[in-house]
Amino acid sequence: MITVHVKLFATLRQYRPGLGMGEAFPVELSHGATIGDLIQTLRLPDQEIKIVFVNGLFRERTDSLADGDEVGIFPPVGGG
Amino acid sequence: MGKMLRLNMTDRSATLQDLPDAYKYLGGRGLTSTLVYDEVDPQCHALGPNNKLVFAPGIVTGTPAPTSARISVGAKSPLTGGIKEANAGTAFSPAQAAMGLKAIVVEGQPADKGKWWMAYVSWDLNKKQPTVEFMPADEYAGRDLYEVFPELFKRFGKVSIAGIGTAGEFLYSNSGVVFEDMEGRPARYAGRGGLGAVMGSKGLKFIIMDRKGAPGVAFADKAVFEQGRKKLTAALMEHAITKPKGALNSYGTAVLINILNEAGGLPTRNFSSGRFEGAAKIAGEAVFEGNKERLGKELYNHACSPGCIIQCSNTWYRPDGTEHVSCQEYESIWSLGANCGIDSLDVTGELIKLCNAYGVDTIEMGCTLGVAMEGGLLAFGDGKRAIELMHEVGKGTPIGRILGNGTDMAARALGVTRVPTVKGQSMPAYEPRAVKGIGITYATSTMGADHTSGYTIAPEILGVSGKVDQFDKDKADLARNFLEATAYIDSTGHCLFIAFAILDIASGFEGSVEECNGVLGTQWTMNDVGRIGKEILAREVAFNRAAGISKAHDRMPEFMKYEKLPPHNVTWDIPDETLDAVFP
Repeated sequence: MITVHVKLFATLRQYRPGLGMGEAFPVELSHGATIGDLIQTLRLPDQEIKIVFVNGLFRERTDSLADGDEVGIFPPVGGG
Repeated sequence: MGKMLRLNMTDRSATLQDLPDAYKYLGGRGLTSTLVYDEVDPQCHALGPNNKLVFAPGIVTGTPAPTSARISVGAKSPLTGGIKEANAGTAFSPAQAAMGLKAIVVEGQPADKGKWWMAYVSWDLNKKQPTVEFMPADEYAGRDLYEVFPELFKRFGKVSIAGIGTAGEFLYSNSGVVFEDMEGRPARYAGRGGLGAVMGSKGLKFIIMDRKGAPGVAFADKAVFEQGRKKLTAALMEHAITKPKGALNSYGTAVLINILNEAGGLPTRNFSSGRFEGAAKIAGEAVFEGNKERLGKELYNHACSPGCIIQCSNTWYRPDGTEHVSCQEYESIWSLGANCGIDSLDVTGELIKLCNAYGVDTIEMGCTLGVAMEGGLLAFGDGKRAIELMHEVGKGTPIGRILGNGTDMAARALGVTRVPTVKGQSMPAYEPRAVKGIGITYATSTMGADHTSGYTIAPEILGVSGKVDQFDKDKADLARNFLEATAYIDSTGHCLFIAFAILDIASGFEGSVEECNGVLGTQWTMNDVGRIGKEILAREVAFNRAAGISKAHDRMPEFMKYEKLPPHNVTWDIPDETLDAVFP
């Protein structure tokens, strides 16, 4: 098993009520799990997720995760 | 027939002219840059008698086109020494358009300095044209704009205002041109590049625009316009970023604090790191949650100007539930927050309010304070001292005058070498070492270090119009394409945020072109977007070259080449050949 540390942002925060600002929560996954697996495990609606960073780097759904990875998940956002 | 209004401040005369035929398809930035290119000597002193300050609404401003109440303000910049266009969302723009004034050109300079004037522009129902009255404005000089604006509205009624704060009166290279928001606050700024100083150098404190009785904007082909308007509106209503209760309406631009922080590209403590440990406390989510706690209800964002359907502006409230400031944008929270090591929205809120009150650009001010902290004038994170220094800026004390003139000036005064500027203008909220395309844009934009002239962040970080790797270096074409498309959007009068929708939804982009055709009677297609952008940029580049700005200035500050930026430990490693390939 591996443990990753997940942060949810903007409108995705509603799927984890009570989460503090910028607070990460641990998620246990099986060895070799992908980002897609993580999204499923968390029961997040996939179509609401636009950007996933792992350790500060942009990653696709098919990329696999490693123990201790820090994951940041964002819906579509914009700004200036 | 479009008109131009010349306000001559040497003899305080006003002249109404037909818009020259050569300008008939220009608006917004296309018109300000073309007028400045045609009429301003690139070698003039930006604060002397020969610079000109041009106000131009966009091509579709004043029509029912959605999110189109933007105004372009242009001149030679006292900050960069090159051409400048600064842009704001405000009712002043459709008011000017309704009077048929495609451009207002402020020129000349009073012989007697120290006296302040305002120009009251209204519609003469008998002559069926705009009329101008010059009035003394000394009673408003030296004062907080939050006190002055209500007095002006009380005196003149429902009007629009363009003006300067004390920063413009002191001719600071970092002074902006202020306009009113929908609640009459002095909070919408054509901020960058010191255009407030140009206005101040001409003794002009305010332009008061009274549109009562004015005819509005005419259409060449109303049906074509309507078709375009519907397509653009549909795109804005559909896209997750621009739609009602979407990203911008819910969290505003400040939502970017967390994403840039995750990406390791949030400039922190004067561009010494790409991550700020206090980011979550000052992000859009914190604004939303903080207001919810203080007001007892959820507060969604509002429009800065009439007709905006994206509505991304927030309002920040104090613990006691009273309004503190509107609004706390991403750039302002970043520059006065993360870049200064400050992690409190109450502190950034107060700093932003003071920037508005005194009349400076928040991006430049935050970078100036960051350099001042680096130089030991105050400590990183010292919000209390930063607020005190803002008052010195507003009041024009010696230290205030140094800080009010921008980051390069403060750096030189304090012996700082980590100076995040290009062509004298401070970098905005994206670390170029971690996001290479925006870095190429900072280096090569005609505006100096600037993110709104070519927002490559869209594909590099946000996944809008595709996704490109933020560390990929081969981005001269990407930068150029964005610079060109943006110069076109800046001319339409639309807010640049329509790009989030129209870069992903092609029919929306087509709609914006059809709107222009409907107003102008042109037959533009998508193929004309690049052409129009190229023509505007060509004039801006030519002006800059003649002003003495060469390709040698399309470069990043040296420190970025050897200082590794945490957390990714990256340097600025884009070859000069790539930079020179943007404008070959």
